[in-house]
Amino acid sequence: MSGLIEQFGPLWGTLAVVGQIVAFMIVLLLSLAFLLLMDRKVWAAVQMRKGPNVVGAFGLLQSFADFLKFVFKEIVVPAGADRTLFLLAPLITFTLAFIAWAVIPVAPGWVIADLNVGLLYLFAISSLGVYGIIIGGWASNSKYPFLGSLRSAAQMVSYEVSIGFIIVTVMLLAGSMNLTAIVEAQAGGFWHWHLLALDALPWPIFLVMLPMFGMFFISALAETNRPPFDLPEAESELVAGYQVEYSSTPYLLFMIGEYLNIVLMCAMATILFFGGWHPPLDIAPFTWIHPVFWFAIKVVFFFFMFAMVKALVPRYRYDQLMRLGWKIFLPTALGAVAIVGAYVTFGANG
Amino acid sequence: MILQAAAFWLLAGATIVSAFCVVAARNPVRAVLWLIVSFFSAAGLFVLLGAEFLAMLLIVVYVGAVAVLFLFVVMMLDVDFAELKQGFLSYLPLGGLVALILAAELVLVGSVWASAEGAAALRAAPMPDGLTNVEALGRVLYDQYVYFFQAAGLVLLVAMIGAIVLTLHHRPGVKRQNIARQVGRKPSEAVELRDVKPGEGIGE
Repeated sequence: MSGLIEQFGPLWGTLAVVGQIVAFMIVLLLSLAFLLLMDRKVWAAVQMRKGPNVVGAFGLLQSFADFLKFVFKEIVVPAGADRTLFLLAPLITFTLAFIAWAVIPVAPGWVIADLNVGLLYLFAISSLGVYGIIIGGWASNSKYPFLGSLRSAAQMVSYEVSIGFIIVTVMLLAGSMNLTAIVEAQAGGFWHWHLLALDALPWPIFLVMLPMFGMFFISALAETNRPPFDLPEAESELVAGYQVEYSSTPYLLFMIGEYLNIVLMCAMATILFFGGWHPPLDIAPFTWIHPVFWFAIKVVFFFFMFAMVKALVPRYRYDQLMRLGWKIFLPTALGAVAIVGAYVTFGANG
Repeated sequence: MILQAAAFWLLAGATIVSAFCVVAARNPVRAVLWLIVSFFSAAGLFVLLGAEFLAMLLIVVYVGAVAVLFLFVVMMLDVDFAELKQGFLSYLPLGGLVALILAAELVLVGSVWASAEGAAALRAAPMPDGLTNVEALGRVLYDQYVYFFQAAGLVLLVAMIGAIVLTLHHRPGVKRQNIARQVGRKPSEAVELRDVKPGEGIGE
């Protein structure tokens, strides 16, 4: 980014950066439209339905039709709601979902801001995500949204803790918090990926990292309020949780923000555990494909997993959710940090 | 440079204005939200200073965790602010006196402030060459002052255990789920088939 400013001067450089950001946002939103369709199609296929298939061929334009429908509906603000905060909440969710993408490297050099503390930035932004939900639930001035937002606040804060420690294990292995450096540390083939960490042999670090990935995936489900952890919007008890009172464009902003966060978690899993843009084998037929496509393929694969989990797994009970987060994931992740730390100190550098 | 200056004034202004609004806001939830804005702008100022690690830490710890708990508590409270503000005028002289004494003390301390030798040079170049923020802080915390760091951790651990001991009490008669016992249960212990005769029931 600063390279562009040096190259084109302050004015044009800044404009070039803005152009980059806008282009990235458009690509993100467009791919999100089709990912949403994929989500619904996968879900439908599991339930032996056809899913959306009317708008466009195979329902390809369904998301765009939905978009128009949302935008042209009337915005209803409940009487007694805190008007400013009510409308601010979806904006917060939407904005935070986008700014997190600033540090995601999708291909060598293809990153808007190559921060030294990129991983920490991602963690910080994802920890802010709870505000959109909690403000929305409170500002609605209604019981179900409030209960939903309280649940989500506790849930997201709890699972952030375990995600934080899981991230630390990857950070220790890569020796950096820069996301580009983390991806580069996994170059050369799938056995270098942090998922397997076979570099560490004879230290059996893969025995730690494989469960760490599983825990990351489950924590990501909880962090993004996806089934089986969608208690904030449990439709059977809370109708739709914090979004009960939202309609039209504000609801759309919430939904886009939520789905962007899910894709972000898929991207994080790709970068942290699955070698980012690197192909599984560093030989001819795999290297012909551009790195950005490898990145996209992996992200879409994880999104498919998210969709399958939504279709297959029943909802957790709230106390079980809390038990899993605090009593199982947190101690396990802490132990893993100790083991990986010992490997880095005595095995890799010792 | 112009961008940086603009960013500084924007963030500094936002910090001060939002900090003022924390005090001025009538609604406690809004006050907490203003506090969050203030934290956030302060984190932006850290980034401008080149202390990106501290900035991220400020957001993760204060905005992401502490302020959420604040918000959690404040939302549950039913605070009547009109009632709280009633005694404002009667407490004003005493409060003003305390504020005046504190301000005077600050001025006194500030006027006789003395720096240690070499402190000014350290302040001018806080980071050794070729090190990132994280590495520089890590070396100070984990190499130079590792025992103090561990001692601080111990103090926090003691405080945490103390808080848990003070608040934890098991009430009798509360049903709890024992996962190990549930998983270890066998069908032979849990289910019993009875042959019930019509009109008699089980008879218990």
